[in-house]
Amino acid sequence: MSSHLVLLILFSLPVSAVFAALARDEPREQLRTGALMFAGFVGAAVALGWLMLPFPL
Amino acid sequence: MAMKSTTAERARPATEPGTLVLLCVAAWAIPGAGHFWLGRVQKGIVFLVALTMLFVMGLVLQGRLFPFDLSEPLVALAAFANAGLGLPWIAGRALGLGSGVVTAVTYEYGNCFLIVAGLLNFLVMLDAFDIAVGRK
Repeated sequence: MSSHLVLLILFSLPVSAVFAALARDEPREQLRTGALMFAGFVGAAVALGWLMLPFPL
Repeated sequence: MAMKSTTAERARPATEPGTLVLLCVAAWAIPGAGHFWLGRVQKGIVFLVALTMLFVMGLVLQGRLFPFDLSEPLVALAAFANAGLGLPWIAGRALGLGSGVVTAVTYEYGNCFLIVAGLLNFLVMLDAFDIAVGRK
């Protein structure tokens, strides 16, 4: 349970679901918005991780 | 059973101040309860499952339920955020859960899960209020 990526996924799943349910009324739209938001969370984290790779700790 | 319903089919929310207060208290105490009350069952289920999951994972990850310590402003703010989850927070405090293990690798992750769960429930409570007064 100490993998940052796994914890990020475990965090972003419920958070995306809550924001999607808050923002959209129709279940189909909620699913789409939630999936996009989840992909955004994970994609942005991976992209930022790669961008920060050259920097020293 | 279809959970989707149009605005017209949903029960008209009462807008008396007392009812609104009760609605907000219910929404604070149990994630999604306000939406259940207003007939938005599908949303209520999403909020109940997702926020409870976040809270439980926060405890599993050795996060801390912060005390209201006003001498430490950040701790007090974290405690306020934790308290957003209502009954699960009260139960956690009463059962001595969420003492937090600072040396655990996942301590800060756990804090993040617990704080976000509480803050999201505040948002969910405000959403229920907005629906009740007819803003949504």
